[in-house]
Amino acid sequence: MSNPSNLKYTASHEWVKTEADGSITVGITQHAQELLGDMVFVEAPTAGRKLKAKEECAVVESVKAAADVYAPVSGEVLAANSDLDGAPEKINSDPYGAWIYKMKPDNAADVAALLDAAAYQAVVDSEAH
Amino acid sequence: MTLKTTPLNAAHRAMGAKMVDFGGWDMPVNYGSQIDEHHQVRNDVGMFDVCHMRVVDAKGDGVRAFLRYLLANNADKLAASGRALYSAMLRPDGGVIDDLIIYFMTEQWFRIVVNAGTADKDIAWMKEQAAKVAPQLVITSRDDLAMVAVQGPHARTKVWEVLPQTKTATEGLVNFQAADCGEYFVARTGYTGEDGFEVMLPKEKVEAFWYALSKVGVKPIGLGARDTLRLEAGMNLYGQDMDETVGPLESGLGWTVDLKSERDFIGKAALLANPPTRKLAGLVLLDRGVLRGHQKVKTAHGDGEITSGTFSPTLEKSIALARIPNEVQLGDTVQVEIRDKLLNAKVVKYPFARNGKGLI
Repeated sequence: MSNPSNLKYTASHEWVKTEADGSITVGITQHAQELLGDMVFVEAPTAGRKLKAKEECAVVESVKAAADVYAPVSGEVLAANSDLDGAPEKINSDPYGAWIYKMKPDNAADVAALLDAAAYQAVVDSEAH
Repeated sequence: MTLKTTPLNAAHRAMGAKMVDFGGWDMPVNYGSQIDEHHQVRNDVGMFDVCHMRVVDAKGDGVRAFLRYLLANNADKLAASGRALYSAMLRPDGGVIDDLIIYFMTEQWFRIVVNAGTADKDIAWMKEQAAKVAPQLVITSRDDLAMVAVQGPHARTKVWEVLPQTKTATEGLVNFQAADCGEYFVARTGYTGEDGFEVMLPKEKVEAFWYALSKVGVKPIGLGARDTLRLEAGMNLYGQDMDETVGPLESGLGWTVDLKSERDFIGKAALLANPPTRKLAGLVLLDRGVLRGHQKVKTAHGDGEITSGTFSPTLEKSIALARIPNEVQLGDTVQVEIRDKLLNAKVVKYPFARNGKGLI
Protein backbone atom coordinates (compact mmCIF):
# COMPACT_ATOMS: atom_id res chain seq x y z
CA MET A 1 0.00 0.00 0.00
CA SER A 2 1.49 3.36 -0.99
CA ASN A 3 1.11 6.48 1.09
CA PRO A 4 -1.76 8.63 -0.23
CA SER A 5 -0.42 11.76 -1.93
CA ASN A 6 -3.21 13.99 -0.58
CA LEU A 7 -1.95 13.54 3.01
CA LYS A 8 0.92 15.06 5.00
CA TYR A 9 3.21 13.00 7.22
CA THR A 10 5.58 13.20 10.17
CA ALA A 11 8.88 11.43 10.69
CA SER A 12 7.23 9.80 13.74
CA HIS A 13 4.79 7.99 11.41
CA GLU A 14 1.59 9.98 11.79
CA TRP A 15 -0.48 10.96 8.77
CA VAL A 16 -2.36 14.26 8.67
CA LYS A 17 -5.39 15.09 6.56
CA THR A 18 -6.62 18.66 6.15
CA GLU A 19 -10.42 18.87 6.14
CA ALA A 20 -12.52 21.46 4.31
CA ASP A 21 -13.01 23.50 7.50
CA GLY A 22 -9.28 23.75 8.15
CA SER A 23 -9.26 21.17 10.94
CA ILE A 24 -6.97 18.14 10.63
CA THR A 25 -7.45 14.45 11.33
CA VAL A 26 -4.49 12.40 12.53
CA GLY A 27 -3.78 8.70 12.30
CA ILE A 28 -0.81 6.36 12.03
CA THR A 29 0.67 5.22 8.74
CA GLN A 30 0.56 1.88 7.00
CA HIS A 31 4.24 1.43 7.87
CA ALA A 32 3.58 2.11 11.57
CA GLN A 33 0.66 -0.29 11.85
CA GLU A 34 2.65 -2.97 10.06
CA LEU A 35 5.53 -2.60 12.50
CA LEU A 36 3.23 -2.77 15.52
CA GLY A 37 0.98 -5.59 14.35
CA ASP A 38 -2.51 -6.40 15.65
CA MET A 39 -3.94 -3.38 17.48
CA VAL A 40 -5.83 -4.04 20.69
CA PHE A 41 -6.13 -0.66 22.42
CA VAL A 42 -6.24 3.02 21.53
CA GLU A 43 -6.09 5.88 24.01
CA ALA A 44 -6.90 9.17 22.29
CA PRO A 45 -6.66 12.70 23.73
CA THR A 46 -9.82 14.37 25.01
CA ALA A 47 -11.48 17.28 23.24
CA GLY A 48 -10.29 20.68 24.43
CA ARG A 49 -6.75 19.58 25.22
CA LYS A 50 -4.11 22.00 23.96
CA LEU A 51 -1.21 20.31 22.25
CA LYS A 52 2.25 21.45 21.32
CA ALA A 53 3.89 20.11 18.18
CA LYS A 54 5.67 16.77 18.82
CA GLU A 55 3.93 16.32 22.20
CA GLU A 56 2.88 12.77 23.11
CA CYS A 57 -0.89 12.81 23.02
CA ALA A 58 -2.21 9.34 22.24
CA VAL A 59 -1.17 5.74 22.70
CA VAL A 60 -1.78 2.81 20.41
CA GLU A 61 -1.13 -0.67 21.75
CA SER A 62 -0.77 -3.84 19.74
CA VAL A 63 -0.49 -7.32 21.19
CA LYS A 64 3.26 -6.81 20.94
CA ALA A 65 3.92 -3.26 22.17
CA ALA A 66 2.69 0.18 23.13
CA ALA A 67 3.59 3.17 20.97
CA ASP A 68 3.13 6.88 21.50
CA VAL A 69 1.37 9.04 18.94
CA TYR A 70 2.62 12.62 18.69
CA ALA A 71 0.91 15.87 17.81
CA PRO A 72 2.05 16.79 14.27
CA VAL A 73 1.56 20.51 14.94
CA SER A 74 0.41 22.75 17.79
CA GLY A 75 -3.32 23.23 18.28
CA GLU A 76 -6.41 22.08 20.14
CA VAL A 77 -8.03 18.65 20.14
CA LEU A 78 -11.55 18.73 18.72
CA ALA A 79 -12.56 15.07 18.97
CA ALA A 80 -11.34 11.51 19.42
CA ASN A 81 -12.50 8.70 17.16
CA SER A 82 -14.66 6.68 19.55
CA ASP A 83 -15.24 4.03 16.85
CA LEU A 84 -11.76 2.73 17.63
CA ASP A 85 -12.63 1.93 21.27
CA GLY A 86 -14.43 -1.25 20.32
CA ALA A 87 -12.55 -1.87 17.08
CA PRO A 88 -8.87 -0.88 17.32
CA GLU A 89 -8.10 -3.41 14.57
CA LYS A 90 -9.49 -0.88 12.06
CA ILE A 91 -6.06 0.75 12.28
CA ASN A 92 -4.63 -2.44 10.78
CA SER A 93 -7.24 -2.97 8.11
CA ASP A 94 -7.64 0.67 7.06
CA PRO A 95 -4.82 2.80 8.48
CA TYR A 96 -5.63 5.85 6.36
CA GLY A 97 -9.35 5.67 7.17
CA ALA A 98 -9.01 5.00 10.91
CA TRP A 99 -8.25 8.47 12.21
CA ILE A 100 -7.39 8.67 15.91
CA TYR A 101 -8.15 12.29 16.73
CA LYS A 102 -9.16 15.56 15.13
CA MET A 103 -7.53 18.88 15.97
CA LYS A 104 -7.61 22.56 15.04
CA PRO A 105 -4.08 23.68 14.17
CA ASP A 106 -2.84 27.01 15.49
CA ASN A 107 -1.26 27.75 12.14
CA ALA A 108 -2.23 26.23 8.80
CA ALA A 109 1.31 26.94 7.63
CA ASP A 110 2.64 24.38 10.16
CA VAL A 111 0.59 21.70 8.44
CA ALA A 112 1.77 22.75 5.00
CA ALA A 113 5.37 22.40 6.23
CA LEU A 114 4.97 18.69 7.16
CA LEU A 115 6.42 15.92 4.97
CA ASP A 116 4.74 15.03 1.69
CA ALA A 117 4.25 11.40 0.66
CA ALA A 118 7.59 11.14 -1.16
CA ALA A 119 9.57 12.70 1.69
CA TYR A 120 7.87 10.38 4.18
CA GLN A 121 8.65 7.36 2.04
CA ALA A 122 12.31 8.41 2.15
CA VAL A 123 12.11 8.35 5.97
CA VAL A 124 10.65 4.83 5.90
CA ASP A 125 13.28 3.64 3.43
CA SER A 126 16.11 5.06 5.52
CA GLU A 127 14.84 3.19 8.61
CA ALA A 128 14.96 -0.10 6.75
CA HIS A 129 18.75 0.13 6.44
CA MET B 1 26.68 -8.67 15.62
CA THR B 2 25.58 -11.44 13.30
CA LEU B 3 22.36 -13.07 14.38
CA LYS B 4 22.26 -16.83 14.78
CA THR B 5 19.92 -18.62 12.41
CA THR B 6 18.04 -21.90 12.57
CA PRO B 7 17.92 -24.32 9.62
CA LEU B 8 14.41 -22.98 8.92
CA ASN B 9 15.50 -19.38 8.32
CA ALA B 10 15.03 -19.51 4.53
CA ALA B 11 11.66 -21.23 4.96
CA HIS B 12 10.43 -18.46 7.28
CA ARG B 13 11.41 -15.80 4.78
CA ALA B 14 9.78 -17.74 1.93
CA MET B 15 6.58 -17.92 4.00
CA GLY B 16 6.50 -14.15 4.52
CA ALA B 17 7.66 -14.02 8.14
CA LYS B 18 8.55 -10.80 9.84
CA MET B 19 11.91 -11.58 11.42
CA VAL B 20 13.19 -10.12 14.69
CA ASP B 21 16.25 -10.37 16.90
CA PHE B 22 15.18 -12.73 19.67
CA GLY B 23 18.03 -13.01 22.15
CA GLY B 24 20.59 -13.07 19.36
CA TRP B 25 18.56 -15.36 17.09
CA ASP B 26 16.94 -14.25 13.84
CA MET B 27 13.44 -15.60 14.44
CA PRO B 28 9.92 -15.15 12.99
CA VAL B 29 7.68 -12.99 15.18
CA ASN B 30 4.66 -13.45 12.92
CA TYR B 31 3.77 -14.35 9.34
CA GLY B 32 0.67 -12.14 9.17
CA SER B 33 -1.77 -11.46 11.99
CA GLN B 34 -0.43 -12.62 15.35
CA ILE B 35 -3.97 -12.90 16.71
CA ASP B 36 -5.02 -15.15 13.81
CA GLU B 37 -1.98 -17.34 14.50
CA HIS B 38 -2.98 -17.58 18.16
CA HIS B 39 -6.52 -18.73 17.31
CA GLN B 40 -5.13 -21.10 14.68
CA VAL B 41 -3.31 -23.03 17.42
CA ARG B 42 -6.19 -22.96 19.94
CA ASN B 43 -8.72 -24.12 17.35
CA ASP B 44 -6.84 -26.18 14.78
CA VAL B 45 -3.07 -26.67 14.44
CA GLY B 46 0.12 -24.65 13.99
CA MET B 47 3.88 -25.25 13.90
CA PHE B 48 6.70 -23.43 15.65
CA ASP B 49 10.40 -23.32 14.88
CA VAL B 50 12.01 -24.11 18.24
CA CYS B 51 15.37 -25.13 16.79
CA HIS B 52 17.01 -22.44 18.92
CA MET B 53 16.19 -24.46 22.05
CA ARG B 54 18.88 -26.94 23.02
CA VAL B 55 18.65 -30.69 23.37
CA VAL B 56 21.10 -32.19 25.85
CA ASP B 57 21.67 -35.89 26.43
CA ALA B 58 22.92 -37.13 29.78
CA LYS B 59 24.18 -40.70 29.54
CA GLY B 60 25.85 -43.20 31.82
CA ASP B 61 25.43 -45.12 35.05
CA GLY B 62 23.73 -43.18 37.81
CA VAL B 63 22.17 -40.53 35.58
CA ARG B 64 18.91 -40.63 37.57
CA ALA B 65 20.73 -40.11 40.87
CA PHE B 66 22.58 -37.16 39.36
CA LEU B 67 19.38 -35.48 38.17
CA ARG B 68 17.78 -36.15 41.55
CA TYR B 69 20.52 -33.96 43.01
CA LEU B 70 20.76 -31.42 40.18
CA LEU B 71 17.07 -30.49 39.87
CA ALA B 72 14.38 -29.11 42.18
CA ASN B 73 11.76 -31.55 40.92
CA ASN B 74 12.28 -35.22 41.66
CA ALA B 75 13.51 -37.44 38.82
CA ASP B 76 12.16 -40.39 40.82
CA LYS B 77 8.67 -39.38 39.70
CA LEU B 78 9.57 -40.79 36.28
CA ALA B 79 8.81 -44.51 36.22
CA ALA B 80 7.80 -45.49 32.68
CA SER B 81 10.20 -45.03 29.78
CA GLY B 82 9.58 -41.81 27.85
CA ARG B 83 7.89 -39.99 30.73
CA ALA B 84 8.81 -36.32 31.05
CA LEU B 85 9.12 -33.94 33.98
CA TYR B 86 9.22 -30.15 34.13
CA SER B 87 11.72 -28.78 36.62
CA ALA B 88 13.69 -25.76 37.70
CA MET B 89 17.46 -26.01 38.01
CA LEU B 90 18.59 -23.93 40.99
CA ARG B 91 21.68 -22.19 42.24
CA PRO B 92 22.77 -23.04 45.78
CA ASP B 93 21.08 -19.78 46.91
CA GLY B 94 17.78 -20.90 45.37
CA GLY B 95 17.84 -18.62 42.29
CA VAL B 96 16.59 -20.21 39.08
CA ILE B 97 19.33 -21.03 36.54
CA ASP B 98 16.77 -22.30 34.05
CA ASP B 99 13.54 -24.22 33.68
CA LEU B 100 13.72 -27.35 31.58
CA ILE B 101 12.09 -30.65 30.68
CA ILE B 102 13.76 -34.00 31.29
CA TYR B 103 12.73 -37.19 29.50
CA PHE B 104 13.51 -40.53 31.11
CA MET B 105 14.45 -42.97 28.34
CA THR B 106 16.56 -45.63 30.12
CA GLU B 107 18.53 -45.80 33.36
CA GLN B 108 21.52 -44.93 31.14
CA TRP B 109 19.91 -42.07 29.23
CA PHE B 110 17.89 -38.99 30.11
CA ARG B 111 17.21 -36.31 27.52
CA ILE B 112 17.01 -32.67 28.67
CA VAL B 113 15.60 -29.71 26.74
CA VAL B 114 16.70 -26.27 27.89
CA ASN B 115 16.05 -22.67 26.87
CA ALA B 116 18.01 -21.07 24.03
CA GLY B 117 19.36 -18.07 25.90
CA THR B 118 20.61 -20.12 28.85
CA ALA B 119 21.82 -23.25 27.04
CA ASP B 120 25.57 -22.63 27.25
CA LYS B 121 25.35 -21.58 30.90
CA ASP B 122 23.15 -24.60 31.71
CA ILE B 123 25.47 -27.12 30.10
CA ALA B 124 28.51 -25.63 31.81
CA TRP B 125 26.68 -25.87 35.15
CA MET B 126 25.59 -29.47 34.55
CA LYS B 127 29.12 -30.52 33.60
CA GLU B 128 30.58 -28.74 36.61
CA GLN B 129 28.20 -30.54 38.98
CA ALA B 130 28.67 -33.88 37.23
CA ALA B 131 32.43 -33.56 37.53
CA LYS B 132 31.98 -33.37 41.31
CA VAL B 133 29.40 -36.08 41.97
CA ALA B 134 29.06 -38.21 38.82
CA PRO B 135 32.21 -37.96 36.70
CA GLN B 136 31.24 -41.09 34.79
CA LEU B 137 28.39 -39.26 33.04
CA VAL B 138 28.68 -37.97 29.48
CA ILE B 139 26.71 -34.77 28.92
CA THR B 140 26.33 -33.91 25.25
CA SER B 141 24.84 -30.84 23.63
CA ARG B 142 22.95 -32.25 20.62
CA ASP B 143 23.76 -29.48 18.18
CA ASP B 144 23.00 -31.94 15.39
CA LEU B 145 19.29 -31.91 16.28
CA ALA B 146 16.52 -29.54 15.25
CA MET B 147 13.15 -29.18 16.95
CA VAL B 148 9.68 -28.29 15.70
CA ALA B 149 6.61 -27.95 17.93
CA VAL B 150 3.30 -28.91 16.31
CA GLN B 151 0.48 -27.73 18.55
CA GLY B 152 -3.30 -27.62 18.53
CA PRO B 153 -6.22 -30.06 18.70
CA HIS B 154 -5.31 -31.50 15.27
CA ALA B 155 -1.54 -31.55 15.79
CA ARG B 156 -1.01 -35.26 16.36
CA THR B 157 -3.09 -36.26 13.33
CA LYS B 158 -1.05 -33.94 11.12
CA VAL B 159 2.27 -35.27 12.41
CA TRP B 160 1.12 -38.84 11.72
CA GLU B 161 0.12 -37.80 8.19
CA VAL B 162 3.67 -36.59 7.57
CA LEU B 163 5.51 -39.22 9.64
CA PRO B 164 3.30 -42.33 9.40
CA GLN B 165 6.21 -44.51 10.55
CA THR B 166 6.03 -42.91 14.01
CA LYS B 167 2.33 -43.47 14.57
CA THR B 168 2.48 -46.91 16.20
CA ALA B 169 5.07 -45.78 18.70
CA THR B 170 3.40 -42.45 19.50
CA GLU B 171 -0.36 -42.97 19.47
CA GLY B 172 -0.30 -44.39 23.00
CA LEU B 173 1.74 -41.53 24.46
CA VAL B 174 0.09 -39.73 27.35
CA ASN B 175 0.65 -36.05 28.01
CA PHE B 176 4.31 -35.51 28.99
CA GLN B 177 5.65 -38.68 27.42
CA ALA B 178 8.00 -39.20 24.48
CA ALA B 179 9.00 -42.00 22.14
CA ASP B 180 12.35 -42.47 20.47
CA CYS B 181 11.49 -43.41 16.87
CA GLY B 182 14.98 -43.64 15.40
CA GLU B 183 15.69 -40.36 13.63
CA TYR B 184 12.57 -38.79 15.09
CA PHE B 185 12.14 -38.23 18.80
CA VAL B 186 8.47 -37.42 19.35
CA ALA B 187 7.27 -35.91 22.64
CA ARG B 188 3.70 -35.09 23.67
CA THR B 189 4.76 -31.80 25.21
CA GLY B 190 4.51 -28.13 24.32
CA TYR B 191 4.29 -24.53 25.42
CA THR B 192 0.81 -23.52 24.35
CA GLY B 193 -1.73 -25.24 26.60
CA GLU B 194 -2.90 -27.32 23.65
CA ASP B 195 -2.36 -30.94 22.74
CA GLY B 196 0.50 -31.64 20.36
CA PHE B 197 3.97 -32.94 19.75
CA GLU B 198 7.45 -31.55 19.93
CA VAL B 199 9.54 -33.36 17.34
CA MET B 200 13.32 -33.55 17.51
CA LEU B 201 15.02 -34.65 14.32
CA PRO B 202 18.32 -34.33 12.42
CA LYS B 203 18.97 -30.75 11.34
CA GLU B 204 19.29 -31.67 7.69
CA LYS B 205 15.76 -33.12 7.68
CA VAL B 206 13.94 -30.27 9.36
CA GLU B 207 13.26 -28.09 6.34
CA ALA B 208 11.63 -30.98 4.46
CA PHE B 209 9.58 -31.80 7.58
CA TRP B 210 8.46 -28.17 7.89
CA TYR B 211 7.33 -27.97 4.26
CA ALA B 212 5.63 -31.37 4.50
CA LEU B 213 3.62 -30.13 7.48
CA SER B 214 2.76 -26.97 5.58
CA LYS B 215 1.55 -29.06 2.65
CA VAL B 216 -0.97 -30.89 4.85
CA GLY B 217 -2.33 -27.58 6.17
CA VAL B 218 -0.25 -26.85 9.26
CA LYS B 219 0.26 -23.07 9.49
CA PRO B 220 3.53 -21.55 10.69
CA ILE B 221 3.22 -19.62 13.97
CA GLY B 222 5.59 -16.90 15.14
CA LEU B 223 7.08 -16.07 18.50
CA GLY B 224 4.43 -13.40 19.05
CA ALA B 225 1.61 -15.92 19.26
CA ARG B 226 3.89 -18.34 21.12
CA ASP B 227 4.08 -15.77 23.90
CA THR B 228 0.33 -15.08 24.12
CA LEU B 229 -0.42 -18.83 24.02
CA ARG B 230 2.02 -19.69 26.81
CA LEU B 231 0.87 -16.78 28.95
CA GLU B 232 -2.79 -17.75 28.58
CA ALA B 233 -1.74 -21.29 29.50
CA GLY B 234 -0.08 -19.94 32.64
CA MET B 235 3.40 -21.09 31.68
CA ASN B 236 6.42 -19.18 32.91
CA LEU B 237 8.97 -17.59 30.60
CA TYR B 238 12.54 -17.74 31.84
CA GLY B 239 14.14 -14.31 32.12
CA GLN B 240 10.76 -12.65 32.61
CA ASP B 241 8.80 -14.58 35.22
CA MET B 242 11.87 -15.95 36.98
CA ASP B 243 15.64 -15.75 36.80
CA GLU B 244 18.72 -16.22 38.95
CA THR B 245 17.64 -13.49 41.37
CA VAL B 246 14.37 -15.11 42.43
CA GLY B 247 13.41 -18.52 43.75
CA PRO B 248 10.88 -20.98 42.32
CA LEU B 249 8.50 -20.59 45.30
CA GLU B 250 8.06 -16.90 44.45
CA SER B 251 7.71 -17.72 40.75
CA GLY B 252 4.62 -19.92 40.72
CA LEU B 253 6.78 -23.03 40.52
CA GLY B 254 6.08 -24.45 43.98
CA TRP B 255 4.24 -27.36 42.36
CA THR B 256 7.48 -28.42 40.66
CA VAL B 257 9.64 -28.30 43.80
CA ASP B 258 9.74 -31.44 45.89
CA LEU B 259 10.60 -30.42 49.45
CA LYS B 260 8.84 -33.37 51.09
CA SER B 261 11.19 -36.23 50.29
CA GLU B 262 14.45 -36.83 52.15
CA ARG B 263 16.28 -36.17 48.91
CA ASP B 264 18.85 -33.38 48.91
CA PHE B 265 19.16 -31.18 45.84
CA ILE B 266 21.03 -28.04 44.91
CA GLY B 267 19.16 -25.06 46.37
CA LYS B 268 17.04 -27.05 48.83
CA ALA B 269 18.66 -25.67 51.98
CA ALA B 270 18.20 -22.10 50.76
CA LEU B 271 14.54 -22.68 49.96
CA LEU B 272 13.90 -24.15 53.42
CA ALA B 273 15.76 -21.30 55.12
CA ASN B 274 13.93 -18.54 53.23
CA PRO B 275 10.16 -19.03 53.16
CA PRO B 276 8.60 -17.02 50.34
CA THR B 277 7.01 -13.64 51.08
CA ARG B 278 5.78 -13.09 47.55
CA LYS B 279 3.95 -15.24 45.04
CA LEU B 280 3.13 -15.26 41.36
CA ALA B 281 -0.53 -14.52 40.70
CA GLY B 282 -2.74 -14.04 37.67
CA LEU B 283 -4.25 -10.64 36.90
CA VAL B 284 -7.11 -9.69 34.62
CA LEU B 285 -7.39 -6.01 33.80
CA LEU B 286 -10.85 -4.60 34.61
CA ASP B 287 -10.28 -1.19 33.01
CA ARG B 288 -9.27 -0.52 29.39
CA GLY B 289 -5.58 -0.90 28.54
CA VAL B 290 -2.87 -3.50 28.22
CA LEU B 291 -0.82 -4.99 31.06
CA ARG B 292 2.91 -5.29 30.32
CA GLY B 293 6.00 -6.60 32.06
CA HIS B 294 7.56 -4.36 34.75
CA GLN B 295 4.43 -2.32 35.46
CA LYS B 296 4.04 -1.63 39.18
CA VAL B 297 1.18 -3.32 41.04
CA LYS B 298 -0.24 -1.61 44.13
CA THR B 299 -1.97 -3.82 46.68
CA ALA B 300 -3.28 -3.38 50.24
CA HIS B 301 -0.26 -5.41 51.41
CA GLY B 302 2.48 -3.61 49.52
CA ASP B 303 3.71 -3.24 45.97
CA GLY B 304 4.34 -5.92 43.40
CA GLU B 305 5.36 -6.06 39.76
CA ILE B 306 4.03 -7.56 36.57
CA THR B 307 6.45 -10.13 35.17
CA SER B 308 4.58 -10.87 31.91
CA GLY B 309 1.56 -9.09 30.51
CA THR B 310 -0.29 -9.09 27.23
CA PHE B 311 -3.65 -8.96 25.51
CA SER B 312 -5.32 -12.37 25.62
CA PRO B 313 -6.86 -13.15 22.22
CA THR B 314 -8.98 -15.94 23.74
CA LEU B 315 -10.46 -13.84 26.57
CA GLU B 316 -10.27 -10.54 24.62
CA LYS B 317 -8.97 -8.95 27.81
CA SER B 318 -5.57 -8.01 29.09
CA ILE B 319 -3.95 -10.58 31.39
CA ALA B 320 -0.71 -10.82 33.32
CA LEU B 321 1.42 -12.74 35.73
CA ALA B 322 2.55 -10.58 38.63
CA ARG B 323 4.80 -11.10 41.64
CA ILE B 324 2.84 -9.74 44.61
CA PRO B 325 2.84 -10.05 48.42
CA ASN B 326 1.65 -13.41 49.76
CA GLU B 327 -1.20 -11.80 51.70
CA VAL B 328 -3.08 -10.75 48.55
CA GLN B 329 -6.01 -13.12 47.97
CA LEU B 330 -7.74 -14.44 44.88
CA GLY B 331 -10.59 -12.10 43.98
CA ASP B 332 -8.88 -9.02 45.41
CA THR B 333 -8.75 -5.90 43.28
CA VAL B 334 -5.31 -4.33 42.85
CA GLN B 335 -4.12 -1.25 40.96
CA VAL B 336 -1.64 -1.32 38.11
CA GLU B 337 0.34 1.78 37.24
CA ILE B 338 0.13 2.28 33.48
CA ARG B 339 1.73 5.49 32.26
CA ASP B 340 0.22 8.17 34.53
CA LYS B 341 -2.87 6.21 35.57
CA LEU B 342 -3.85 3.59 38.12
CA LEU B 343 -6.03 0.92 36.54
CA ASN B 344 -7.98 -1.79 38.35
CA ALA B 345 -7.13 -5.45 37.94
CA LYS B 346 -8.54 -8.55 39.59
CA VAL B 347 -6.35 -11.26 41.10
CA VAL B 348 -7.32 -14.59 39.55
CA LYS B 349 -6.29 -18.20 39.53
CA TYR B 350 -4.42 -19.10 36.33
CA PRO B 351 -4.10 -20.68 33.69
CA PHE B 352 -6.29 -18.24 31.80
CA ALA B 353 -7.02 -20.51 28.84
CA ARG B 354 -6.21 -24.03 27.70
CA ASN B 355 -7.51 -26.63 25.27
CA GLY B 356 -9.33 -24.09 23.12
CA LYS B 357 -11.25 -22.50 25.98
CA GLY B 358 -11.03 -19.49 28.26
CA LEU B 359 -11.00 -20.45 31.95
CA ILE B 360 -11.67 -17.06 33.54
